[in-house]
Amino acid sequence: MSKPLPSAGSGGRFVRLAETGRPALQLLIDGQPATALEGDTLLVALLTHGRRVRSSEFGDGTRAGFCLMGACQDCWVWDEAGHRLRACSTVVSEGMTVRTTPPASLWPVTPEVAARERGEVFR
Amino acid sequence: MTPPRVVVVGAGPAGVRAAQALVEAGVRPIVIDEGRRDGGQIYRRQPDGFTRTHAMLYGSEAAKAQALHEGFDTLREHVDYRPETLAWNVTPGQLHTVHASSGETATLDFDALIVCAGATDRLMPVPGWNQAGCYSLGAAQIALKAQACAIGSRVVFMGSGPLLYLVAAQYVKAGAKVEAVLDTAPALPTFAALRGLLNRPRLLLRGLALKAMLRLTGVKLLNAITPLRIEGTPEGGVAEVAIHDARGAERAFACDAVGLGWHLRAETQLADLARCEFAFEPLSRQWLPRIDADGRSSTPGVYLAGDGARLLGADGAEAAGRLAALAALHDLNHARGRTLFAAERMSLQRTLATMNGFREGLAQAFPWPHAHAAALPNDAVVCRCEAVTAGELRRSVLEFGSQEVNRAKAFSRVGMGRCQGRYCGHAAAEIVAAAASIPVEQIGRLRSQAPVKPLLMSTQEHE
Repeated sequence: MSKPLPSAGSGGRFVRLAETGRPALQLLIDGQPATALEGDTLLVALLTHGRRVRSSEFGDGTRAGFCLMGACQDCWVWDEAGHRLRACSTVVSEGMTVRTTPPASLWPVTPEVAARERGEVFR
Repeated sequence: MTPPRVVVVGAGPAGVRAAQALVEAGVRPIVIDEGRRDGGQIYRRQPDGFTRTHAMLYGSEAAKAQALHEGFDTLREHVDYRPETLAWNVTPGQLHTVHASSGETATLDFDALIVCAGATDRLMPVPGWNQAGCYSLGAAQIALKAQACAIGSRVVFMGSGPLLYLVAAQYVKAGAKVEAVLDTAPALPTFAALRGLLNRPRLLLRGLALKAMLRLTGVKLLNAITPLRIEGTPEGGVAEVAIHDARGAERAFACDAVGLGWHLRAETQLADLARCEFAFEPLSRQWLPRIDADGRSSTPGVYLAGDGARLLGADGAEAAGRLAALAALHDLNHARGRTLFAAERMSLQRTLATMNGFREGLAQAFPWPHAHAAALPNDAVVCRCEAVTAGELRRSVLEFGSQEVNRAKAFSRVGMGRCQGRYCGHAAAEIVAAAASIPVEQIGRLRSQAPVKPLLMSTQEHE
């Protein structure tokens, strides 16, 4: 209780209080290199580097998980292949690549969307 | 005689003790665990490579946690343990599961199903609770227990119930900065509450000691508060919690994280899908599956134990899990099971009665503040998943005439998002009831739907 308060580090939301002697792992978060510790969940890896996990699809700002026990589904992110990962129940592995925005580039482009992207009206 | 096919869902205190009773009777159960390791939420085990002791992780409950973990370790070769597996549906005589990472599915035939699904935090919406940095109390505890992290560098805990003080005390001990503990319950329990709590005097004293410890370390403890809002920005997340104190004066606490929770709600989806009857429990104002004194549900062959059936806490869950498993074997006419059941039934039931007295005390000492839900401003987000407001929910009642929660859900989508109503459902029911001027027990119960958690579109079940 008397020891100095650990800082949140480089803009992270979560604060590591113990167990910091674990081997380090490298991963890529939205293309940026990041370091995590062996045994970290993906959620902890994301939130010791930044203050958000993703943005709400409903326009009310950023999200950073909520229940940490796989019940709320608020911490969905994606791997490079577009597979959904629940960050709170996914363990980080060496070389992991995650993206915090939906991989829209992997979604099928309908003629309507293609037309909109060209600035045309689909008919 | 072919051995009975028994499936246990959950590997927390209830599930582990159920499995252990089955093994003692000579039955090899399948144990389905959504977790990576046994222990459940309360006795959640830290990953390999972490070095904190049981005493550091579980405090006064360290011996019980260790006993449960070691108990399950010795069971491992006698049970078909399936970790990281979600039980996503129940149909007559069959449980449907899917493995989290491989996506592999299984359809398990059972003669007896023992559901020990546990509980999640019970949440009351607070304006601004959809911002980054708001977590459930359980989440705050998991961050610390399983990952040795605090949810922020300045944390406010708000809500009510024993977990509020336990998590705050665990944070202080681990070296985190706790700005305040804000309890909606009054400081002094009523006589009726106290009478219930005295069923477990040692536990009551431990709770008082936690409060005293928090006060000694300079944490602000406020009772009888009314949550007003959680301030912050859409980009940066939470920055401050504003409340009315017991005297009605507005006060604010700067912070970068908030842990919220009003005791617990039972995870009853599988019981619901198994067509178990439910009854409204007026003390805690929640719908719970009907069970008899041994843990039998109204559906033959389906048994319910632990916090997913009655919120008796970990010790109660251990007794309930064992009793339900023995009752299942008794009902299956299993000779060794019948002997154990006859020998232990009365003593296990007595334990559960004591735990239930304490539960009633807790429910009265830390009441669900349903009036807060009814009074939420129209622009407050009720459904975090899809940012649906209290106003939209009220509109489903006042404009579309929904006088029943499932209809209100259909109109407003509250309860239909990713969490499937786990975190908004109880408050939504209170809002609908208040808007319709109907008692909450008369507006119906949110029906559970399979899958109980989202599955991938690619999930395929093989016959």
